[in-house]
Amino acid sequence: MMSNDHILNPETMPQSPEKATLEGKNKFLGLWFFLGGETVLFASLFGTYLSLKNSTAGGPTSEELFGLELVFIMTIMLLTSSLTSVYAMYHMKNNDFKKMQLWLGITGLLGIGFLAMEIYEFAHYITEYGFTFRSSAFGSAFYTLVGFHGGHVTFGILWLITLMIRNAKRGLNLYNAPKFNTFSLYWHFIDVVWVFVFTVVYLMGKVG
Amino acid sequence: MKGWMGKLRALFLLGLVALILSGCGRENLTALVPKGYGSESSMKLIILTTVIMSAVFVIVMIVYVIVLLRFRKKKGQENFIPKQVEGHKGLEAVWTIIPIILVIIMAVPTTLISFDLAKTNDQKDSINIDITGNQYWWHFDYKGEEIQTSQDLYIPVGKKVYLNMLSSDVTHSFWVPSISGKMDVNPDNTNTMYIQAYEEGVYWGKCAELCGPSHSLMDFKVIVVSEEEYEQWIADMKSVDPKAKPENSVAQEGQELFEANNCMACHAIGSSPIATGPNLTDFGNRTKLAGYVEPTKENLVEWIVNPEKIKPGNLMTGKYPAVNKEEAEKIAEYLLQLKPSEIGPESAGK
Amino acid sequence: MSIAATQKQGFGAVIWDYLTTVDHKKIAHLYTFGGGFFFILGGIEALIIRIQLIKPENDFVSAGFYNEVITMHGTTMIFLAAMPLLLGLMNAAVPLQIGARDVAFPFLNSLGFWLFMFGGILLNCSWFLGGAPDAGWTSYAPLSTTSPGHGVDFYVMGLQIAGAGTLIGGINFLVTIINMRAPGMTYMRMPLFTWATFVTSILILFAFPALTIGLFLLMFDRMFDSAFFDVTLGGNTIIWQHLFWIFGHPEVYILILPVFGLFSDIFSTFSKKRLFGYTAMVFATMLIAFLGFMVWAHHMFTVGLGPVANTIFSIATMAIAVPTGIKIFNWLATMWGGSITINSAMLWSLGFIPSFTVGGMTGVMVATVAADYQYHDTYFVIAHFHYVIVGGTVFGIFAGFHYWWPKMFGRILNETMGKIAFWTFFIGFHLTFFIQHFLGLMGMPRRYWVFLEDQNLDLGNFISTIGAFFMAIGVIVFFINAIYSQVKGEKAPADPWDGRTLEWSIPSPPPYYNFKQLPLTRGLDPLWVEKTEGNGKMTPAEPLGEIHMPNNSFIPFVMSLGLFIAGFGFIYQTDNNAWFIALFGGMAIALGAMIVRSVKDDLGYHISKEELEREADE
Repeated sequence: MMSNDHILNPETMPQSPEKATLEGKNKFLGLWFFLGGETVLFASLFGTYLSLKNSTAGGPTSEELFGLELVFIMTIMLLTSSLTSVYAMYHMKNNDFKKMQLWLGITGLLGIGFLAMEIYEFAHYITEYGFTFRSSAFGSAFYTLVGFHGGHVTFGILWLITLMIRNAKRGLNLYNAPKFNTFSLYWHFIDVVWVFVFTVVYLMGKVG
Repeated sequence: MKGWMGKLRALFLLGLVALILSGCGRENLTALVPKGYGSESSMKLIILTTVIMSAVFVIVMIVYVIVLLRFRKKKGQENFIPKQVEGHKGLEAVWTIIPIILVIIMAVPTTLISFDLAKTNDQKDSINIDITGNQYWWHFDYKGEEIQTSQDLYIPVGKKVYLNMLSSDVTHSFWVPSISGKMDVNPDNTNTMYIQAYEEGVYWGKCAELCGPSHSLMDFKVIVVSEEEYEQWIADMKSVDPKAKPENSVAQEGQELFEANNCMACHAIGSSPIATGPNLTDFGNRTKLAGYVEPTKENLVEWIVNPEKIKPGNLMTGKYPAVNKEEAEKIAEYLLQLKPSEIGPESAGK
Repeated sequence: MSIAATQKQGFGAVIWDYLTTVDHKKIAHLYTFGGGFFFILGGIEALIIRIQLIKPENDFVSAGFYNEVITMHGTTMIFLAAMPLLLGLMNAAVPLQIGARDVAFPFLNSLGFWLFMFGGILLNCSWFLGGAPDAGWTSYAPLSTTSPGHGVDFYVMGLQIAGAGTLIGGINFLVTIINMRAPGMTYMRMPLFTWATFVTSILILFAFPALTIGLFLLMFDRMFDSAFFDVTLGGNTIIWQHLFWIFGHPEVYILILPVFGLFSDIFSTFSKKRLFGYTAMVFATMLIAFLGFMVWAHHMFTVGLGPVANTIFSIATMAIAVPTGIKIFNWLATMWGGSITINSAMLWSLGFIPSFTVGGMTGVMVATVAADYQYHDTYFVIAHFHYVIVGGTVFGIFAGFHYWWPKMFGRILNETMGKIAFWTFFIGFHLTFFIQHFLGLMGMPRRYWVFLEDQNLDLGNFISTIGAFFMAIGVIVFFINAIYSQVKGEKAPADPWDGRTLEWSIPSPPPYYNFKQLPLTRGLDPLWVEKTEGNGKMTPAEPLGEIHMPNNSFIPFVMSLGLFIAGFGFIYQTDNNAWFIALFGGMAIALGAMIVRSVKDDLGYHISKEELEREADE
């Protein structure tokens, strides 16, 4: 039986280790398709939110609730984390495992920071305004849309942590390179979704 | 081969025979014999599309039969290899372009008719009736007349009547096949449609959107009467004295029981826009009980004593203290004599 | 697992093998068994409906139970029978048709199946736990949000889990078809069934997430008191209808496009001609799929969207008739001038043409908006979509099984029984549904527990019920045939139909690695090309070498089981907080299985060249 040595301990790392094997190519393409499906998922949520955002049932409106300062910082954090994950992938292609791990770590920390602020934001709405998931259709739609995004961030962070710990000692090879790459793609997607959340929910909620 | 076609033909014949036997359905229920503006408009499109589509079907079947007759594997030619044809641009263009033309032919009248049926330009000058769909009965509120009734909808023949529909619970759908196509009765927003009946008569109406166990029993009637009769009916309904004592002494006892048993908590006699149960002002004139049962005294007693048996899942069950049969008979006596108007189902089409 | 595992095994070993398999051919078997089981269940539900409606004001079943039966009939047939059976056929044929050794993600393939199976079981558990869902397969809010008991909760969780499985299956086929085609198998040389699978997978990918969200909203409303569909708190019930049909209409094409593909293969094979207008067929498939996303609101003509929206959706829907018509005529032209063999597979396909054409006709009729005010929610619509789904999808599934049974199970289905099954089913089908067009127009709305006396609906309903029993007999004969053929059936040769595509170039059933050497495709209908050039078999595209194979895994089963348990937790936590244990426990199992999967390297194994050579000698 032939071993899988050439995948786990390649003699030379190719230019794009994430796409050097058929499995890698499949993962790459599969994730793109998955993100296509996710787009419809979020589009449905945005549609629901847009049709319910004025259904406040006498509760607080988006103009009363939202403040842009915190959300703006959150946006900057998440966008920066997208950039740091690009750095990580850059180092992966140069086969520099340590630097890749470092930048991934920073990505993860930014993600955690984002999440912490989101939790603070939710808690603030609930305690200060009594604005909950159950108070109106607007409340349900808001927490569901933003919460779905937050859930995706949480999943991404768990994914990243698992990847980093698992591969901390074994370095980069043709088997795990596609995994890092798919994570990075997923992370970009979440950031793009956030840009829409920021625009549609917060900016339009404050202005229009 | 013979068997194939034979069976197919037999099948079509059987279908045809069945159709002839049952005719076009029950008069004043079937959509196939339109008696109103909406159903007539729909019928035009039904006929147009049926004709075009049947022609397409016939063409497909002709080609199909020829293929089956001519191109089956023949004895002695088992190894015959047919010519491998890639396609034929001309032919393919033909069966692309012709369907496009057919679609255009159908699209134009479809657009015109659907816009026509959605017109509301003369709504203000027409009769307006607010309809509320409930599990499992219909509430009718004659706008500006202070008349509420349920189950039997009186309208004048030939006049446009605007219906503004809203549901108090789940989604229903208002359908009187002979007079008009259906419109959903949503809890979210008021839907408006107009109906216009050509002939006097009692027309059967149905709920067409699944609304719970008794969905299939949520029948109602549209009673189309002459214009004079309609005016008379409105006048009679307006002048009802809800407190009027019945002449019959049993009915009087029934009236007392009706009040004692908390029936008034939901049911109103006379105008009451806020009552949550069916309005009973003209109960004695109803075509049916509970929407579908013959309005006899025995049935009414049963309905009062054990509503669940007649209409599973109805909201009356358990809303009042248990009534025994004797009491129910007295209440029935009272309710059945509530006939504020001479104009009833019999008046239609006289 | 090595080659030794393919030798005679004990019963337990076979079960274990199926529980852990990642082989697309075995997963095809699993989908067939699972889908077949639910098909019988849905059929029994159909018979209950028809018995209840055999005469006016019948009381065979109660009103509440009737609503449960109609809901489960629709849900089961669509999600748990038709789709899995199609996925079974896709799994059986597509990798072979493109010359691949497996799908792109064998592990996910298995996960997709187990999610479907556990979702289906969860949904059907409701029968024994206080009542099935009763708000119709469309589950319109607020009927579904206010429905008492846990029935609708089972609907939500069952479909959510099964739906995730389908989505995974869709992504898997997309990547498989793009990345795993054998040398020379260009896109425009792919068999139509593969094309149809590809396009269907795109539909699954973009349609199912809308259902996912719809189900989440319904779940939040029912289980966590949110207010999406609660009008008093500003909710809007029409949102559910939109989300459901944005998924629901493409779903119709998810059911029909694969069978369009397999009929194309069958007509071409048994007419001994290449498919007429191949390119047009491919683009018609894509066009149908594209339009399929633009027409969802034709299910909502009576909702009150206004004449502008109504006519736009109406005309867009009519436009679908054009590509569908192209297909019908191309099939006829394929047979024209051919040498047609009529066996069971072909009978089902020939039966499909008139049946489906009727369904297409009435499809255009119901698309006509102002006429639909009469058709909508009546038996006319019931007749229409059964003509499409039974006359199209179910006929296609039967045709597909007759056609690929030899490849899947190594036996040929009995022809006599095949013909009996076809004729009883075909006659029964038209008896049942043709008359329903008229019942609808005569004033019979759908989902009616009873129809009243004195409405001239008695005879039509009676005929319809008789027809349903004929259909049942046809199905029973088919199942007997399937079992009989497995025991006594004729052993299938590699190429029993004088086939044209790659799956017929390898033994029946194929070895677990499919192709010893990947074949070189030199044109459309690659095997036929070789046959006409006198080779009779495929030219290898590679020298004999090691084959990389994925390892079996029990993780998909465990992961699905975890979600199954969590599903119960979600459903019952509204009654008692103790059920949160099941909720979090189940989630922990699923997440744990996921982590095990990511942490444990699974690189598969290799079959050595020597082993392959030894196999060839045996």
